[in-house]
Amino acid sequence: MLASRASSSCEANPAMIDMTVVELSRWQFAATAMYHFIFVPLTLGLSFLMAIMESVYVMTGREVWRKATLFWGTLFGVNFAMGVATGIVMEFQFGMNWSYYSHYVGDVFGAPLAIEGLMAFFLEATFVGLFLFGWDRMSKVGHLVVTWLVALGTNLSALWILIANGWMQNPVGAKFNPDTMRMEVTDFVAVLFNSVAQAKFVHTVSAGYVCGAVFIFAISAFYLARGKHVEIAKRSMVVAASFGLAGALSVVVLGDESGYVATEQQKMKIAALEASYHTEEAPAPWTLFALPEPDGGAPSFAIQIPWVGGLITTRSLDEELLGIDELVAHAETRIRSGMIAYDALQKIRADGTDQAARATFDEHWADLGYGLLLKKYRDDVGNATDAEIALAAKDTVPDVWSLFWSFRVMMGLGFFFIAFFAFWFWKASRGTLESDKNLLWLSFFLLPTPWIAIEAGWFIAEYGRQPWVVEGVLPTFYAASGLNFWDLVISLGFFTTLYTVLFVIMIMLMVRIVKAGPKDHHFAETGDEDDFVVAALPVTPQTKELGA
Amino acid sequence: MSAIPLDYETLRLIWWLLLGVLLIGFAIMGGRDLGVGALLPFAARTDEERRVLLNVVGPTWEGNQVWLVLGGGAIFAAFPPLYAVSFSGFYLAMIVILLALILRPVGFKFRGKISDPRWRQVWDWALFVGGAVPALIFGVAVGNVLLGAPFHFDGSMRAFYTGNFFQLLMPFALLCGLVSLGMIVTQGAAVIVGRTSGLLAERARTHGTLAGLLTVVLFALGGFWVAFGLNGYVITSAVDPSAPINPLNKTVELVRGGWLANFGAHPLMIVAPLLGFAGVIIAVLALQARWRLVPLLAASAGIFGIISTAGLSLFPFLLPSSTMPNAGLTLWDASSSHLTLFIMLLVTVVFLPIVLLYTGYVFRVMRGPVSAASLTKNPNAY
Repeated sequence: MLASRASSSCEANPAMIDMTVVELSRWQFAATAMYHFIFVPLTLGLSFLMAIMESVYVMTGREVWRKATLFWGTLFGVNFAMGVATGIVMEFQFGMNWSYYSHYVGDVFGAPLAIEGLMAFFLEATFVGLFLFGWDRMSKVGHLVVTWLVALGTNLSALWILIANGWMQNPVGAKFNPDTMRMEVTDFVAVLFNSVAQAKFVHTVSAGYVCGAVFIFAISAFYLARGKHVEIAKRSMVVAASFGLAGALSVVVLGDESGYVATEQQKMKIAALEASYHTEEAPAPWTLFALPEPDGGAPSFAIQIPWVGGLITTRSLDEELLGIDELVAHAETRIRSGMIAYDALQKIRADGTDQAARATFDEHWADLGYGLLLKKYRDDVGNATDAEIALAAKDTVPDVWSLFWSFRVMMGLGFFFIAFFAFWFWKASRGTLESDKNLLWLSFFLLPTPWIAIEAGWFIAEYGRQPWVVEGVLPTFYAASGLNFWDLVISLGFFTTLYTVLFVIMIMLMVRIVKAGPKDHHFAETGDEDDFVVAALPVTPQTKELGA
Repeated sequence: MSAIPLDYETLRLIWWLLLGVLLIGFAIMGGRDLGVGALLPFAARTDEERRVLLNVVGPTWEGNQVWLVLGGGAIFAAFPPLYAVSFSGFYLAMIVILLALILRPVGFKFRGKISDPRWRQVWDWALFVGGAVPALIFGVAVGNVLLGAPFHFDGSMRAFYTGNFFQLLMPFALLCGLVSLGMIVTQGAAVIVGRTSGLLAERARTHGTLAGLLTVVLFALGGFWVAFGLNGYVITSAVDPSAPINPLNKTVELVRGGWLANFGAHPLMIVAPLLGFAGVIIAVLALQARWRLVPLLAASAGIFGIISTAGLSLFPFLLPSSTMPNAGLTLWDASSSHLTLFIMLLVTVVFLPIVLLYTGYVFRVMRGPVSAASLTKNPNAY
């Protein structure tokens, strides 16, 4: 990997794409996105849970609910800061590391990203300050509205980001324009109501709700197990268990993969998730366990459950599930069509008035991306050999086994969360939350599990889409910037170091906050200065902790 | 396409203006917080003073930074080739900005959680870096835009950037960086003077005065440099402002002082640099006169004038190319499609006023002086 260091070769020969730079760019994007996605789901879940708790406070007027909101709000604040710190990196990285992507699809992809800023992130970021600092400056109801606006902003934010991401999975409502060399929007409504985007949105925010619920539940279980902050802990557990149960049901029932049947590559993703090399007749079985073959072919040993596969992947019993081998054959057909599109495009670029070339291009443009897969093997795509076409077709298969197992980990955890919250919901309704200390401790130690499921889900969605950055439209390797090896080494090195340090500090601070526990803050309802009594906040620099 | 009620040329012009609004919006709003960050270790000496400063901007800085996020998003959505070329071309400079910006949210949030003075000092300097470095580099970037960046395209619109990080640090670009830093520090000082009192406000007054004077002198120097020492880029072929984008479809020449051509053609544009000078000078005078509100308004007007000057000089260029002048990006040949620009405009027309309304509301709720005593009243105070 360290062998090719010259990116200047890019300049000398535009066709030569430095694959080391592509690989490092992918690592950097994956690392920064997965890191950012540690904080996002928790923000999604916590903002809603806090809004619910504060609503109860406003309705009942009971101080304990405000105390709970404030306490979770402190943890929320730390998490939110990390989300903001890592989020801006995401927005800039498309242009920085994926420059050709930004040009090629910016007309479509840029819009939801910009609208996210305008409609959602502005709302979220402006009101989060008021949420944290405005307790003593607003009426009860006023502050409650602010908290709900933060929750609304975070969820709207997820909507627009997933509309953007959904388009990468299922690029509807756009067409390639040979005069501008890029994809352009033809139907914005189709981009908005992209079935994949909608499925992703519901699935992802639900996952966030589960994440927030497990977080609150686990920490509350810790308090209850130690007999501390019992009032807040029990109430938080009731809210978290009910909200978490709803979220867990939704995350499984409205799974992301429901949208995968829409297109060819998503079918490939499904086939990879199922390690299904040959088309299964409907209703397909579901493979619970299988062993990979050393040569990368179909598994010889597998435990299968009849019918379930069809249900999980197609939500039906009569749709067949295409296998990898059949999909590769389809890809080969499309690559050949893509070569025709590519040649026609070259003619149009050379002579914009060539109507025959335009007619040919219009017929084949949808396969242009498949033609670009050949760029890995040769620059003059139109002259590719059968062997190169076969290689490019094989490239459309993502890495089967990492996806197969990630999917099972995610699914297993998804079902586990339903059982977990159903159990505690039942315990809560019987009033026996604290009857078994061991169960409470166990629940505490389950704290990291939602992140395992969530990161596995991200991995499936993004790695499962490979070799495409935009499915069927633009291969990942073709989308990178012409940076050089050392650019990437420097940026990756700095990001990794800084992110690691910040993560350690954040965990340390969260542990301190949790150990310190909820405090009593007595605000006055209005802004009258003399009414304040601060019971818990140390003021002088000598005191150990500031900010509960 | 025929259903779009605004023509392509008008939409491109509107988006050029909106891009200016967003970037100036960030410089004015985000500049408050960057400026306070840059002054943090100097204007505030004790921990208590520093906490006061952090709580002056603490409740509103996150919203202010969205102007930058939105500016980045708008470049992506409205001028994708500009986003693609500039963000990848200025790669390491962008990395430096990002690393500095990352330090800000965590600096605000982490600093107050532990009271060890060494801990707090680390975050004070982190917040200083997070404020001063982006303020400086954004200006350096504008300077490099005026100089032209070394990039070209191949036939498939793939961009190739042939410069490196150190070539960005040309004397003229550094001068622009200092103008940017100066005006943002002035803005920060104006914020501090408006919301605090005593020694803290006194020091900020001094710093703001120095920064303001420096800004004025360097801005004037920059003007002379542009007029007599710098080549501007001038389009020499006919331009169809409604054509599909193709940056290679024009010819460009370098002309000494060419960046002033627009001012010659439209003398009214002189209002922009005059506002830049007047705003900052009035801010300085108002600081000396111990007014509380005027410095901020004047400094904001100064920022508006200075950035507008750069934008108007460049028009219609967004990013000229020094190595292949014909490939330079202009608003006519580097925009999004007609439909995308129109949809984005609809969304902006609806939501930008809403954003301004609730931002105004939040500032109103959080208004008023911040003092050491007021910090004790909120458990979330930084």
